[in-house]
Amino acid sequence: MCSQNLRDIKPYMQTQATLDARIHGEAFTQAPHDLYIPPDALEIYLDAFEGPLDLLLYLIRKHNLDVLDIPMADLTRQYMLYMEKMKAIKLELAGDYLLMSAMLIEIKSRMLLPKPVEIESEDDPRAELVRRLIEYESIKLAAQHLDEMPKVGEDIAVASAYYQHISDVKPPEVSLDDLTEAWRNVLKRVIHFKHHKVGKAELSVREHMSIILRRLQVDSFLEFSQLFDVTKDGIPKLVVCFLAVLELAREGLLRMTQQAPFSPIYVQLNSCE
Amino acid sequence: MSEPENIAQKKQVLEVALLTSRQPLSLDDMQKMFVDRIERATLRMLLDELKQDWEERTMELVQVATGYRFQARTEYVTFLARLNPEKQPKYSRAVMETLAIIAYRQPVTRGDIEEIRGVAVNPNVMRQLQERDWVDIVGQREVPGRPSLYATTKHFLNDLNLRSLAELPAMEDFVKTEIQLDL
Repeated sequence: MCSQNLRDIKPYMQTQATLDARIHGEAFTQAPHDLYIPPDALEIYLDAFEGPLDLLLYLIRKHNLDVLDIPMADLTRQYMLYMEKMKAIKLELAGDYLLMSAMLIEIKSRMLLPKPVEIESEDDPRAELVRRLIEYESIKLAAQHLDEMPKVGEDIAVASAYYQHISDVKPPEVSLDDLTEAWRNVLKRVIHFKHHKVGKAELSVREHMSIILRRLQVDSFLEFSQLFDVTKDGIPKLVVCFLAVLELAREGLLRMTQQAPFSPIYVQLNSCE
Repeated sequence: MSEPENIAQKKQVLEVALLTSRQPLSLDDMQKMFVDRIERATLRMLLDELKQDWEERTMELVQVATGYRFQARTEYVTFLARLNPEKQPKYSRAVMETLAIIAYRQPVTRGDIEEIRGVAVNPNVMRQLQERDWVDIVGQREVPGRPSLYATTKHFLNDLNLRSLAELPAMEDFVKTEIQLDL
């Protein structure tokens, strides 16, 4: 994928007509194209590589480049150009690439410095970079391998035949005693919730008409409120009593008088005279 | 069904359990299914037999990190994939490389990963791997900051059809020719 993207990038041609350089005694007239990626292509460039190590590895593998034998000044100038662009795109990546270029320059400068003979056997400054490149390359290939391996959910279908799950929890056993005890408890509680049944009151309007008439035979003159014993009688009885009064009045057996509005009402037998 | 008496019946119990279980079954799981003690060696023998019984069938019995499971033979996967045409999104190279580093170099810190890849680890990458339950934190390195140590999980091995990390190809297999840095 990365090489695909790279191919899309037009190699940047150096503007200088001639380049006077000699490498291993050979005239060198062309800068390695792949190193010069126009900053405009940076976005693709960044997407194509996983980092400076990845880029370096690509350059080495693709062209067998003498990676560290490139004109360092040019490379640095290129890198700095990228940095400027990166500020606007992916700042966090810029640091990684900058570090790599600094590392390359450091190695190059150490190689250029004359070495005292007695410490000739000292570690090659390139060794660390080579070690990192090899490690990175093997990880990169291992990652590709992992990616290609069949995985559950992609290339591996795991058996999952359906079965009717039976609840793992066993229902608790119940003895007859438990049941009896439970029933007793229910009965005990039921008392508290017992409803007060309102039965049809066996009250007769007719019967009350008689009662009122009888009272009026004795007292002959009663205040209307005296007919109703609010403290003793329930509402049904009061209603029936009231109905009885109305009925008696309608039938002309009883006369009700009132002197003025809101003054007491008096009830008396309607004598025939 | 009453308790399995003979070995053939026990094998059937194993078969039905393996076919219905959503997770690979370990030998411990299998032992739990039988009232009478069954030796692990016996279980292994029965599993071997089961494997042979299913040799000509569409499913195969395989052993992965946490136990045994039945799975479709690879040649049928193409057809099964057509049932679910939506392709699972591929992980980015950053995710896969991070996974490879954790798999091969575990336990590693984020710093170790950054050192090998040469770029900062995106927190999103670690999150994706942890959400997939392929990677988890196994401890802290006793250095300043006590960075978390990451390792791959058994679930990762199960998903990749592996019994252990040892089944992954050796790291050395991935080393190409020597890199010459000419100066």
